[in-house]
Amino acid sequence: MAIPISYNIRNLKLRKGLTIMTALGIALTVTTAVFLMALLAGLKKAFMSSGDPVNVLVMRKGSVAELSGGFDASLFPTLKTLPGIAKDGQGEPLASGEWVVVVVLPRKDGTGEVNVSVRGLMPAGLTLRPSAKLVEGRWFTPGQREVVVGQSIHNRFSGANVGDNLDFAKGQWKVVGVFDSGGTAYDSELWGDVNQIAADFDRQGAFASVYLRATDPVAADALKHRVADDQRLKLEGTLETEYYEKQTSSGGVIKFIGTVVAVIMAIGSSFAAMNTMYAAVAYRSKEIATLRIIGFSRPSILTSFVIEALLLSLLGAIVGIVLILPFNGMSTGIGNQLTFSETVFSLHMTWGVAMTAVIFALVMGLLGGFAPAWHAARQDILTSLRA
Amino acid sequence: MTITRFVTKSAFRNKRRSILTVLSITFSLLLLTVMMTVWHRFYVDKGDAQSAQRLITRHRVSLTQNMPVYYREKMRTVPGVVAVAPTQWFGGLYKDEGKPENFFAQFGTDPAEIFTVMTDFKIPDDQLAAWQHDQAGCVVDSELAKKFGWKIGDRITLRGTIFPVNLELTIRGIFVAPQPSITVYFNQKYVEEAVSFAKGRSGTFNILADSPEDVPKVAAGVDAMFHNSPEPTKTESEKAFQLSFINSMGNVKAFILSICFAVVFATLLVSANTMAMSIRERTREVAVLKTLGFTRQSILRLYIGESVLVALTGGALGCLLAAGLVIALANAPGMGFFFLGMRVTTPTFLLAIFVSAMVGLLSAIVPAYHAAKLDIVEGLRYIG
Repeated sequence: MAIPISYNIRNLKLRKGLTIMTALGIALTVTTAVFLMALLAGLKKAFMSSGDPVNVLVMRKGSVAELSGGFDASLFPTLKTLPGIAKDGQGEPLASGEWVVVVVLPRKDGTGEVNVSVRGLMPAGLTLRPSAKLVEGRWFTPGQREVVVGQSIHNRFSGANVGDNLDFAKGQWKVVGVFDSGGTAYDSELWGDVNQIAADFDRQGAFASVYLRATDPVAADALKHRVADDQRLKLEGTLETEYYEKQTSSGGVIKFIGTVVAVIMAIGSSFAAMNTMYAAVAYRSKEIATLRIIGFSRPSILTSFVIEALLLSLLGAIVGIVLILPFNGMSTGIGNQLTFSETVFSLHMTWGVAMTAVIFALVMGLLGGFAPAWHAARQDILTSLRA
Repeated sequence: MTITRFVTKSAFRNKRRSILTVLSITFSLLLLTVMMTVWHRFYVDKGDAQSAQRLITRHRVSLTQNMPVYYREKMRTVPGVVAVAPTQWFGGLYKDEGKPENFFAQFGTDPAEIFTVMTDFKIPDDQLAAWQHDQAGCVVDSELAKKFGWKIGDRITLRGTIFPVNLELTIRGIFVAPQPSITVYFNQKYVEEAVSFAKGRSGTFNILADSPEDVPKVAAGVDAMFHNSPEPTKTESEKAFQLSFINSMGNVKAFILSICFAVVFATLLVSANTMAMSIRERTREVAVLKTLGFTRQSILRLYIGESVLVALTGGALGCLLAAGLVIALANAPGMGFFFLGMRVTTPTFLLAIFVSAMVGLLSAIVPAYHAAKLDIVEGLRYIG
């Protein structure tokens, strides 16, 4: 017969101080782990949702990022006339020759200067990125030294409001608008006219990349292969979604360090939980013996104490998750090895993260609780009663 | 029985509990020490003496812009400049592409001067001469050579990503750096001859100054020289240049600090918990000690000493494990250059030990205080 759970709950309540301190210890470990997991979830979101499955990114063969070199602009008309490209209202193919360069901007909070991507694009480049929506001001005018800034840039850097002037490359650039692409990597970019950008960075007559919007995903795949197969071009096509998927790897360091930190803290907390549970068993040795005499079997004593440890860690998990909630949505940046610039992402609490945290805490409770529970179940009745 | 022996005896009277507490503190302090080591390396360590004498110049706009190579000769005229070598990041791929463990730095440079600038990189004279005579030759870091099993005379291929050229290089020399640099140097002429847009351009310049004191003056001098040119420069110390990469990984400072804070607080909880349990158990014992004539102060000291002893044991073990872990991480394959050459330094050790002692002290204060002011009769009556 099983011992009712209310017995465990009452016991936890009886020794409040001990319970609270142990649970807080577990909570801190859970908070740290959740923090790291939420960071990774946010990072994944920023990159996974970036890119459109019908957009094909064309770069020079061998290039791994838009930043690395470019190809001659004379190839652009050839690319533009490839079959399978969607047309705009005027019947013009949706193709945009672009440049991505990196500039240094000062952070708003004064924590230093950071590399930021500036993208030069053609007007069609805006049409083929329907996810980017203007939230303030207007788009840049071709031929003008104007830029629109992504939402994250607007939030995190000084001088990135509509009407401000940003100083980079060969002079001042007027900020004329703010756009939002829903937390994707684009939100960490500044956009301007491709010719203006190329002129400022001495890169006229070439493009780093060309974006083509296909009519549908199947056509996009065909387009990608057509670009690669054309021997005259010496270019390579990638689906935009594939391109961003690759960049998620920049979270590798966080993931590794996060795992190490979480595991070490969890080991420490398991020992602490074990301590508390051993104390609980020691305090109650007479009680356990009495339970045995009444007729509760060894397995039910074992189960009862394991459940008590699990309850303790569950309490810790809940406190830990609650502690992290105020930070949900807080954003931070991460440098990207491929683009050399910062992509902003936010701490993203998901049900998955919360569930993982609970399981993580329960494992700690199990590790800490099993040995003491085993000890309790094996106690000799007579010795315990006499103690 | 001496007081020390008494403290030691009582600290470990409940062996299982003491060991569990020590282990719990060990793991927390292990994490804390590793975090502090990273902090020390990035934000405290000024780099070795020779590094403090070097500067790196890049294009003012960003690292991805190149500068004309003739800047080098102009830089020589700045007072305090001893030597200048151009360096161009190649960013090529080696073998299994995209695998992080196959990543290493590749720089195109001038074989005649790079080792004059990198004074602490040692290479045998004959190997240096052999490299200078072979335009398709390269020299590699000794640690890198060990990792890939490279020998002099081996050929390696680097597939260009920034520059549309694949370099076929012959290893002519192996140099030893004070800290593993995971770098391969080759002759920039190779790239310049193969790629038209690379001709006469360089991504960065490494400068050797007269003395570390001259570094700020040289930086200001170089930047002033090109201030009004179409391609202005930004010159900073080697350490500052490296730090800008770390900063680009996000707010590392806040990240480390918050983890340290959580760890210390968690340790405090664990230790306080143990002390509370252990002192409560001995309520009667305290009453007996008092009857024997122990004063409040001496009882307070006994318990605090006990707690500090447990915490210090955990702290010391944690430090030792941390030293081992840091070395393991530094040598682990695929870790990139994040932990390279990292070691737990003496100040970090001392700080970690100090933190653990403080944790022991703080966690004992409340329960020990209660024990010290315990009423003897009440204590003797206590049945737990």
